[in-house]
Amino acid sequence: MHEIGMTIVEWIIGLLVLGGALLGALSAFGLLRLPDVYTRSHAATKSTTLGVMSILLGAFLYFVAYDNYVSAKLLLGIVFVLITAPVAGHLIGRAAYKSGAPLSDRTVQDDLKHAPHTDTQLREHTDGQLPHERERQRE
Amino acid sequence: MGLQIVLNLIIAVVWMFLNNEWTAVQLIVGYALGALIMLALRRFFNHDFYLRRVWAFLLLLVLFLRELIMSNISVIRELLRPKLAIRPGIFAYDTELRGDWEITALACLITLTPGTLTLEVSPDQRTLYIHAMDIADAEELSAQIRSTFEKAIKEVTR
Repeated sequence: MHEIGMTIVEWIIGLLVLGGALLGALSAFGLLRLPDVYTRSHAATKSTTLGVMSILLGAFLYFVAYDNYVSAKLLLGIVFVLITAPVAGHLIGRAAYKSGAPLSDRTVQDDLKHAPHTDTQLREHTDGQLPHERERQRE
Repeated sequence: MGLQIVLNLIIAVVWMFLNNEWTAVQLIVGYALGALIMLALRRFFNHDFYLRRVWAFLLLLVLFLRELIMSNISVIRELLRPKLAIRPGIFAYDTELRGDWEITALACLITLTPGTLTLEVSPDQRTLYIHAMDIADAEELSAQIRSTFEKAIKEVTR
């Protein structure tokens, strides 16, 4: 019985770590393949977050199962990654938009451009155009 | 809510005093008894019984983890498609949530579920601007956010 339990735990740990590494690799691939800042940050912030979380969880379970050691640091690490990653993604995306990083050509809808508050903030410096619109005209 | 937790802890400590036995087991037993007493007397408090909120928070966590995994799978499917078929876009989403904490929680949850990224919260805190990886179903996305996250957050905070 104990033998079977250990095998199952081994499988779970293996799957968690392997899955996490795979997610990291896939989001790196997405980073290369996607067209603009915003879609890249989709791939970078989220799939990696889940990947890192599942690797940390795998490490936590490993120490619990083989060393009988409950590592609170790993659990805290999971919580910190979970809390800080979305804020970083949001701030990078927002800063990119404010500084006028161009949206990719595939973009079909941009509600933020017509939002009442961005108009007053950004357009007063730029004779009625958002930075990335000017960029596009110059090209 | 804070008051109720403190009250429950005090009941647990009183239970340990009554038994004159200072162990973690007694603390847990006393805490459970205190929770039962407070459940019985819940109509005297201004707010709901606090463990209901704790339960709602756990439900929110489970919902969030499920969404996180499901949407990761869908984004990876998009990534691995031989011909990139995404149609990104930014859509405005009117939220019914009020207050800094509720908005922050919603923005973080939206950002962590792949396919959506909160770009900006309007100054009056009524509209969230969300960048979606595939805009085709913006209506569907907002309906989904409204029916899952927003409802679950409301359960916790109200």
